[in-house]
Amino acid sequence: MEETDKHIEHKSKSSASKAETVIHIKGLKKSFGSKIVLKNINLDVTRGENVVVLGKSGQGKSVAIQCIVGMLTPDHGSLTVFGDEVTDMNERQLKELRIKIGFLFQGGALYDSMTVRENLEFPLTRVLKLKDQDEIDQRVEEVLDGVGLLDAIDKMPSDLSGGMRKRVGLARTLIVKPEIMLYDEPTTGLDPITSREISELILEMQKKYKTTSIIITHDMECARITADRMVVMNEGEFVAEGSFEELKKSKEQFVRSFFN
Amino acid sequence: MAEQAIPGWKKWLEASGDQVTFLSGFFRNLFRGGFEWSEFVRQCYEIGYKSFMLVGTTAFIMGLVLALQLRPTLVGFGALSMLPKTLAVSIVREIGPVITAIICAGKIASGIGAELGSMKVTEQIDAMEVSGANPVQYLVVTRVLATTFMVPLLTLLGDVLGLIGGFLAINITSHVSALLYFNKCIASIGFVDLLPAFIKTIFFGFIIGFIGCYKGYNSNRGTESVGLAANSAVVTASLWIFVVDAIVVQISSLLFYH
Ligand SMILES: Nc1ncnc2c1ncn2[C@@H]1O[C@H](COP(=O)(O)OP(=O)(O)OP(=O)(O)O)[C@@H](O)[C@H]1O
Ligand SMILES: [Mg+2]
Repeated sequence: MEETDKHIEHKSKSSASKAETVIHIKGLKKSFGSKIVLKNINLDVTRGENVVVLGKSGQGKSVAIQCIVGMLTPDHGSLTVFGDEVTDMNERQLKELRIKIGFLFQGGALYDSMTVRENLEFPLTRVLKLKDQDEIDQRVEEVLDGVGLLDAIDKMPSDLSGGMRKRVGLARTLIVKPEIMLYDEPTTGLDPITSREISELILEMQKKYKTTSIIITHDMECARITADRMVVMNEGEFVAEGSFEELKKSKEQFVRSFFN
Repeated sequence: MAEQAIPGWKKWLEASGDQVTFLSGFFRNLFRGGFEWSEFVRQCYEIGYKSFMLVGTTAFIMGLVLALQLRPTLVGFGALSMLPKTLAVSIVREIGPVITAIICAGKIASGIGAELGSMKVTEQIDAMEVSGANPVQYLVVTRVLATTFMVPLLTLLGDVLGLIGGFLAINITSHVSALLYFNKCIASIGFVDLLPAFIKTIFFGFIIGFIGCYKGYNSNRGTESVGLAANSAVVTASLWIFVVDAIVVQISSLLFYH
């Protein structure tokens, strides 16, 4: 498809071309009680792009992506996904949107009363409403193989290590082949080798399915591998934007400090 | 802090509003297609199986103790032959349903509260919702229906074991044939005893599941809120059980016992 070409062109220029904007955030504000978390967030993500978000802990990165799927309602500002305002959606529209968005939780969020297999079947049977058991089995095994955990298929989440849980969580999100992926620290707490594998998996998803992604991470190796563009969040705002190399050479000490 | 300045009654009103919203969410999802049968059956099994020994033992002891306590009083009136009837009516009308419900509140409501509370804290409920699945339908509807269905059955079990306990107590001091005892019991329980009691247990079951789910589903972030959810599920459910008991007894005495 021509979109691939567009994407490559876009990537090389690393600037907003004519490519379709998938996520559009403008003037987003969110506070909890008297605590202001998001002050003024502006971000456009085009189709097939991987945007990496950097930022210190507790700055509101997770809050920002939770707004995108309608888990949290922003106080102010506009947030459109595929051109539709998320806050105006009714229950059904929101559900349809959520099917198109994959969300990887920081802690994996595995359903701990179900085995790994049941965890992965859950979105297939409950969301995509698949009936054919052969197809379900095949997709479960394929995606588990992708994260290298095929032999853990009948284990309970409590029997898995932290890193394994995270990979199963990733598999459960990828299994529905979402158009947009929101990764909340996909590699945190993993060893360098697994981290690298996960980062490459993210890249592969982008290549194979033209997934649009927002990746929150503290892992610079992951950022280097996956990022088309990076933004830095500080005190509820994006304070810097650019490619990995650009930000690495940023004039601002604060931005550079992430790279050490 | 701003939150602490909110007066108590306002918080209470807010909580009531939340409960009504949760209740309407339950009913909306109840009649939506795609009922989770296997999860419902699993919950029924878990709830019934886990409580069945506890309810049985407690009810048995209650029946036994009740008979032992009633006996001297009835002997004083020269009405010892009334013992089976007195036992049967008090167990079926009041003691069976309420004891079973209170025990289930302690066991089941707290269990549901803790389970959903920890699912909330570890973002499992969020994950379900964000994936486009329906956590209310999968988690709440199944559990509330399971308790509504199982608590009446457990009460039935409690009633029977309570009566058996009573029989044993009578047999400690005098010899009565089991056939005679149970015939007397059954003969003395009428429709007006059974129906209100049965309706009551349905409400009790609903309260136990609903309060457990509500407290768990709406617990805060942070691990300590899991314990809090379990705790307040038991307290709130027990309170509601007594309130509903009082109301049902009032209504049924107006309707039937005059
Ligand atoms: N549901 C919520 N209710 C109240 N406060 C919240 C909620 N979610 C987040 N916060 C607060 O918002 C702030 C930002 O949290 P957030 O989880 O977005 O940080 P983060 O940037 O993702 O940090 P980390 O890198 O540690 O994950 C924190 O102070 C947190 O306490
Ligand atoms: Mg976070």
